[in-house]
Amino acid sequence: MKLQAALDALPYLLSAAGTTLWISLAGIALGQVLGACVLLARTARSPALRRAGAVYVSFFRGVPLLVQLLLIYYFLPYIGIDVPPLVAAIGALGLASGAYVSEIFRGSLAAIPRGQAEAAQALGFSSATVWRRILLPQMLRISTPALVNELILLLKASSLISVVGVTELTRTSHSFAAATYRPFEIYITAALIYLAMNLALAALGAVLERRLAAAG
Amino acid sequence: MDVSLFLHYGPSLASGLGVTLLCWAAGAALGVVLGFAIALLRRLPVPPLRWLLRALIEIVRGTPFLVQLYLLYDGGPAIGLRLADIPTGILALGIYGSAYFAEIFRAGFDSVPQGQIEAALSLGLSRGAILWRIRVPTMLVAIVPALTNMLIILSKEVVVLSVIAVPELMYQVQSMAAETFAAFETILALALLYWLMVELVARLGRAAERRATAFLRAA
Repeated sequence: MKLQAALDALPYLLSAAGTTLWISLAGIALGQVLGACVLLARTARSPALRRAGAVYVSFFRGVPLLVQLLLIYYFLPYIGIDVPPLVAAIGALGLASGAYVSEIFRGSLAAIPRGQAEAAQALGFSSATVWRRILLPQMLRISTPALVNELILLLKASSLISVVGVTELTRTSHSFAAATYRPFEIYITAALIYLAMNLALAALGAVLERRLAAAG
Repeated sequence: MDVSLFLHYGPSLASGLGVTLLCWAAGAALGVVLGFAIALLRRLPVPPLRWLLRALIEIVRGTPFLVQLYLLYDGGPAIGLRLADIPTGILALGIYGSAYFAEIFRAGFDSVPQGQIEAALSLGLSRGAILWRIRVPTMLVAIVPALTNMLIILSKEVVVLSVIAVPELMYQVQSMAAETFAAFETILALALLYWLMVELVARLGRAAERRATAFLRAA
């Protein structure tokens, strides 16, 4: 074991971990917007919309993320859109997490007593207002622990975007492993950084869960 | 897009599918066996062993599969572990899966009602008989949905093995895409195939769950 190789690479790995973190956060932010849209489609009156929402969830949960990533990576040029790999990567993470987030939202929607929406309707609230003022705020609160969990999954999944050339933590460790001939030390360091980020997120999730439970 | 391309690449795609299924089955089997062993060992009243296994599970579950794969494939030789690509892939899938399977088995063991164990003890069953005839069968019925879910997750992780050049389906599709310049169509076809496979496994899982829990409805 030569720790020197790992120590030399550490500043670069940590800075790449920052990239991994913000890409994952961007991915889950997009995932929340898409997840809310998919849930709206799945609870819509139109059967076609409901069906489309269900197909979306089934497709993005059924196809491996790496395949989705390459699909988007090759699809955009196919229809004449040229975007940097980073944008395609965040888009792919967002699309995939949108499917999982919509399921999380669906669970939290089911946890809100139906009477609340009915009472609001009886008081003359429009359907948009019921969503915006009554259902969505509570859903966000109920779903926070599950969303933190989804962020952890996404942070791990984001390692796959190294394959399309985004220089995040996994890609940077791959370059250092190849350049220093010390793959063992470098990948152990990368793994520990991922672990530290995930444990920190899990701890944050536990704190949020306690806070939100106390508020309820 | 010429459909005859798929015929031309038929043999390599078929062999890719074979390698995918092999890695999936062998990796899942290894993961289940290791996971079951870990779950049993964690029941022993030896605190240091428990802490060690808990830490191992947390490390495997807290790091990306791709990093574990690189560690095994690139870093393995540095510690004297030299394996060909397919065995490396199977070992990586097995280790990755074992941490999740161990947690599934643990939750399953925890779900066995204590009263059943007490009843068995009062009837004079031995510890071994209680484990194999009461705890394990009851636990297995409870974990069918979680097992199906994990098998699906593992099937999707097989494509990651293409990164270390394991000649599974994704790898074959990518070389086909590179040679034919029809990258989008070929990868779309792969996506649709995977979607079908996963839906099929999910359905089989639900059928297995219905069969495994039939005795609950009969009562």
